[in-house]
Amino acid sequence: MNDTSKQKVDYSAFPDKSGHFGIFGGRFVSETLIYALEELQSIYDGLKDNAEFQAEFDKDLAHYVGRPSPLYHAERWSRELGGAQIYLKREDLNHTGAHKVNNTIGQALLAKMTGKSRVIAETGAGQHGVATATVAARLGLKCQVYMGAEDVRRQALNVYRMKLLGAEVIPVESGSKTLKDAMNEALRDWSTNVDDTFYIIGTVAGPHPYPQLVRDFQAVIGREARAQCLEMTGKLPDALVACVGGGSNAIGLFHPFLEDESVAMYGVEAGGDGVETGRHAAPLNDGIPGVLHGNRTYLMEDENGQIIETHSVSAGLDYPGVGPEHAWLKDIGRVNYVAINDDEALNAFRKTTRTEGIMPALESSHALAYAEKLAPTMDKDQIIIVNLSGRGDKDILTVADLDGITV
Amino acid sequence: MSRISQQFAQLKTDGRKALVAYIVNGDPVREVTLPTMHKMVEEGVDVIELGVPFSDPMAEGPVIQKGHERALEHHVSLTDSLALVAEFRQTNQHTPVLLMGYANPVERMGYANFAAKAAEAGVDGLLTVDLPLEEVESLNRELSSHDIDNIFLLAPTTRVERARKIAEHASGFLYYVSLKGVTGAGHLDVESVQAKLEEFGALTDLPMCVGFGIKDAASAVKVARLADGVVVGSVLVEAMGQGSEQAPERVGAIVRDIRQALDQI
Repeated sequence: MNDTSKQKVDYSAFPDKSGHFGIFGGRFVSETLIYALEELQSIYDGLKDNAEFQAEFDKDLAHYVGRPSPLYHAERWSRELGGAQIYLKREDLNHTGAHKVNNTIGQALLAKMTGKSRVIAETGAGQHGVATATVAARLGLKCQVYMGAEDVRRQALNVYRMKLLGAEVIPVESGSKTLKDAMNEALRDWSTNVDDTFYIIGTVAGPHPYPQLVRDFQAVIGREARAQCLEMTGKLPDALVACVGGGSNAIGLFHPFLEDESVAMYGVEAGGDGVETGRHAAPLNDGIPGVLHGNRTYLMEDENGQIIETHSVSAGLDYPGVGPEHAWLKDIGRVNYVAINDDEALNAFRKTTRTEGIMPALESSHALAYAEKLAPTMDKDQIIIVNLSGRGDKDILTVADLDGITV
Repeated sequence: MSRISQQFAQLKTDGRKALVAYIVNGDPVREVTLPTMHKMVEEGVDVIELGVPFSDPMAEGPVIQKGHERALEHHVSLTDSLALVAEFRQTNQHTPVLLMGYANPVERMGYANFAAKAAEAGVDGLLTVDLPLEEVESLNRELSSHDIDNIFLLAPTTRVERARKIAEHASGFLYYVSLKGVTGAGHLDVESVQAKLEEFGALTDLPMCVGFGIKDAASAVKVARLADGVVVGSVLVEAMGQGSEQAPERVGAIVRDIRQALDQI
């Protein structure tokens, strides 16, 4: 690659005014929702550079979420692998156990500004649902969470957590009964109750301005990691690794580093049974651009444009689309998108638990599994930051089940 | 003048309200859609709105979602829907047919390819739920080069300035969504429909039809008094869902009732 011929991209200029990242993104929704999205955008545009709003957000992140989250040098694991030094960005230590809460805190502040009394959310693994139910409890907002019936079964613990927090979990029985169907149902609810309802989308997908505002709220991950890495090691990392379902934890880590050209980035999709089998959830590896859930992005679809069922051991990555900014970063070549299959992720789950005493979420285990491959190819003085996006307690029953153990 | 515009002009001359009827192609089986289309015309439907099945029909209520799911069990595609319209055109050249669906199957086929094939099949209009004004420009160019009308939705949440812009890009007729919500919802508020139709009607000469939430002759009449026509969908899809046996007759009977009531206005 000839760097001098590469045109410098001003990443802060994206999305453009109409919500596009190149050909991706946009606002592909029914007419009923347009006004609500325009209203949300105008509120957000007014607040995003407002010092008071940022101060309130930062205060909540510090005192309620527990930020900054540590950047932890996984020395034993790095030594075993014999290559680059692996640092873990510990989003698993956030209140509610994952990066999702960064975004729900931000959107809850927006909901408060709009004066709406009810929030809804879609959830896959349940982490976003829990994070939404949590902020709703704190603000006294009515909360309903749509969750695919299949995921309700897979993530029983999170379902009960949401109920304890006072949210109503609505199992979605249509389609493939997973995250995409939960999102369809949440959009239907929002169309119906648009006057009093704020829709808290959990990832960097959906119609503009969601991909932008969720990214902005999650970018705290990368800002902290960048400063922490400089402070601890005196230099920038050589590589970033994060799992990508919709892609919110990955964009949160990547975005503040995009202009640091020396930093390589790896987004890790769910390879399921293997990308070559077709049974996976890796649209950036094996999909084509199309339109779903309000944005144009890479999708898993058949030759007639029907969205196809995805497969991953991890409910949080089991989604046929991906955030439009990732689609764009793939096309311009800034981020490498790779895939890790179920077995590799499960091995990484066990390995990290035994080697570092940290039990990662199955989603994050995909990123860890890729780091395990990448580190030995790099020098010992090089640095990889892996986003440990969530803790694995919610996945214990899934893992036990695969081991044939009834807990 | 497009077949849709001609039909509305004729209805205006005759002093009648338009009855637009929606079914999903291939629901519950492939063979039943064509005879049902002919039957609907026979019982007084003026415009056929043929639903193109999609895996993620985000604007549909539970009844029409099930219609899409039933059709997708037999993998009914956009290509199949174009073929069906071509078959319908072998014996009916006068009834306008518009396709209603979602963006992705059209994206997959390619806008130019779709528009050419649709024109060849005898399709008169396209309503794409998730292609609002902001995202529709390149598709619109292809459609208008083939004289296919782009049917836009207007919603209770649409502001008047935006409605004016939509009207400028629309052709054929405008489709007012009578309520905030999904197809087949049950909270139709005639007074608010009236207020909005008066506001929007002043912006355009295009005919205005009202849909979502119209389930029988009585509700059709209430709304039709305020507009140029009504769109009926969920109640027909429910009838289709009861099984392919006698489906054209069941749908025909519902249509006949509504037609008779509309003609009393």
